[in-house]
Amino acid sequence: MGEYQVVAGPEAFLPPAAASMGITLPDPGQAHIEGRIVDEDEAYEHAARKMLGAKVPTIFPGPLVLWKWNEKAAKKAQAIRELADSMPARLIPMADYRPKYPKIIPELEINPNHPNLTIWHNKIDVCIFIGVHCHQANLALKIIRGGTDCYTMAMCAQAGHEDACLSFRDISVEKIKKLQTTVERLKKEGVESQALPFTQFRMSRQGRIEG
Amino acid sequence: MNKKVEAQDKRILVSENVKLGEKTPKGQTVTDPNILFNEVERTPSFLTGSEVIRAAIKRANLDVSVAYPITPQSEAAALIGELYAEGYVREYFRGESEFAVMGQCAGASFGGARVFTTTAGPGTLRAMENFPMWAGSRLPIQVCVTCRGINSPLSIQPDTLEMYYLLETGMLVWHAETAQDLYDWILGGFMVSEQPDVHLPLALCCDGFFVTHTKDTVMLQSDEYCIPAYDPYRSPVPCMDMECPPVRMMRDPFIMKSNYISYMTHASWQQEIHAAVERSRKHTLPIMNGSLIETENLDREILIVASGTAVSQGREAIRLLEEEEGIKVGLVKIKSIRPFPTEEVREATANAKTIFVPEFNVKGWLAREVKAILPNNERVVAGPHVAGGMTMPSEVIVDEIKKSLGIAGPRLESRG
Repeated sequence: MGEYQVVAGPEAFLPPAAASMGITLPDPGQAHIEGRIVDEDEAYEHAARKMLGAKVPTIFPGPLVLWKWNEKAAKKAQAIRELADSMPARLIPMADYRPKYPKIIPELEINPNHPNLTIWHNKIDVCIFIGVHCHQANLALKIIRGGTDCYTMAMCAQAGHEDACLSFRDISVEKIKKLQTTVERLKKEGVESQALPFTQFRMSRQGRIEG
Repeated sequence: MNKKVEAQDKRILVSENVKLGEKTPKGQTVTDPNILFNEVERTPSFLTGSEVIRAAIKRANLDVSVAYPITPQSEAAALIGELYAEGYVREYFRGESEFAVMGQCAGASFGGARVFTTTAGPGTLRAMENFPMWAGSRLPIQVCVTCRGINSPLSIQPDTLEMYYLLETGMLVWHAETAQDLYDWILGGFMVSEQPDVHLPLALCCDGFFVTHTKDTVMLQSDEYCIPAYDPYRSPVPCMDMECPPVRMMRDPFIMKSNYISYMTHASWQQEIHAAVERSRKHTLPIMNGSLIETENLDREILIVASGTAVSQGREAIRLLEEEEGIKVGLVKIKSIRPFPTEEVREATANAKTIFVPEFNVKGWLAREVKAILPNNERVVAGPHVAGGMTMPSEVIVDEIKKSLGIAGPRLESRG
């Protein structure tokens, strides 16, 4: 059996957790690409190219950055918005982790218990998780890898995610801005965004703001 | 896959939110564990295992401990009560039963506290439902299991069968050989189990009486130091939140909603727990001197593979075999049972022709674990075993090895 690689699916009816297949998390200053430990700088370049090359690049901000529970969270949220605008990428929130029944609204939200519904509905081919609690992110990343062909990336504030195809660790405002800078540099070098045209929806506590 | 993780340059990672060098209300200095464990001067003390648990908890910056009496852990639980009276432990009370204790520990941990408790034997079994709940809820509670007999007719004496029940709960399971292991791993255990990518409970097991009630020389740091406080903001799940999993699931389990994806969520959840056990490997290396096993003389054709105090008995048996018979035997001490050091044991036993696994339980669970991961596992001799509180004289191990070599020895049956 060869070395396991964390690549886009659909992988299996129930894919294994990457950690159980021998994939280890990066140490500080490192990232991983498809399970291979790399210097963080290599991952910025890879992540930026992946997002620019996608038809439906999407960022999934989680509750740790959607809610202003401290000043750092607010700054991260601002940086994520600017990162999305620079690509451009859609923003679809994971506002919390409650199981949603009878169904979610997949064009407006993603839920860690059935994240594949949002991926399928919007035909998302590359995504970034950010601000999602680690356990919930790993659940969602593995389910996405199991049943969809979406290439997943994680910008984790803690130790990273081996269940993503690419993962940063110890993410800060500065690191989010560094990915934005990388995107802008690549665009100046002639790498064009392949994103299909879209209009970013807006949300309030009551739901979608029309118009 | 249980892949081996290399030890080089691994350090204990500490939350950036804790203030190293700060004084606690008791005047202890919050110290980087890399410095506390490796650089701070240690002096010898002659203590029982129970007293060692007290010594470790005094330096553990502990928020909550919940106690319930059951031999042989009762003394340790009472000594932690002394620490509460002295102000080193922030909250301490007696639960109504072991089941209640583990539920109360969960409540405290859900709320963001560092929690420690102790149990043993039938207490472990009575509390059992809580252990996979702790793991599934990503609660980094530490329970010191002072192993004893579990079945009727009751025995309060040493027996490690209860560890077998803990192996697939999703907890980390370590097996201390000595009081020194116990001391070092209580403190180090918090540092491992509270890492955000691990964040699991730890069952720190030791053999009741042999470790808890015998005195040993233990090297301790000054109690002027303590480890950094638990940082709940690094938790991989939100703190107590009635609307979100894991708490939401306890009142409204999504598995009850019958559709494919909710079952898959539960399956994925289980996989994530065991993935977190795997992730603990690299964080455990700095705590366990760079490896989940310790080895001696691996070039020998006969090896003893053991955990807990069976290692000590094996070590003495090796001395007797060499001095009295000229038979050379090597040793593998397994420190972590979950995660299991699969690759390490495979490498260590690669050249062995016969592998003995002495154990203090009737079923030989460690021998099963070893057999399950080794090629040519007919090399593994599951024994000798003792149980129910029997001692395992080193001569019993010597006799077993000599029998396998076809060497007649004195009969030991009359010693029983």
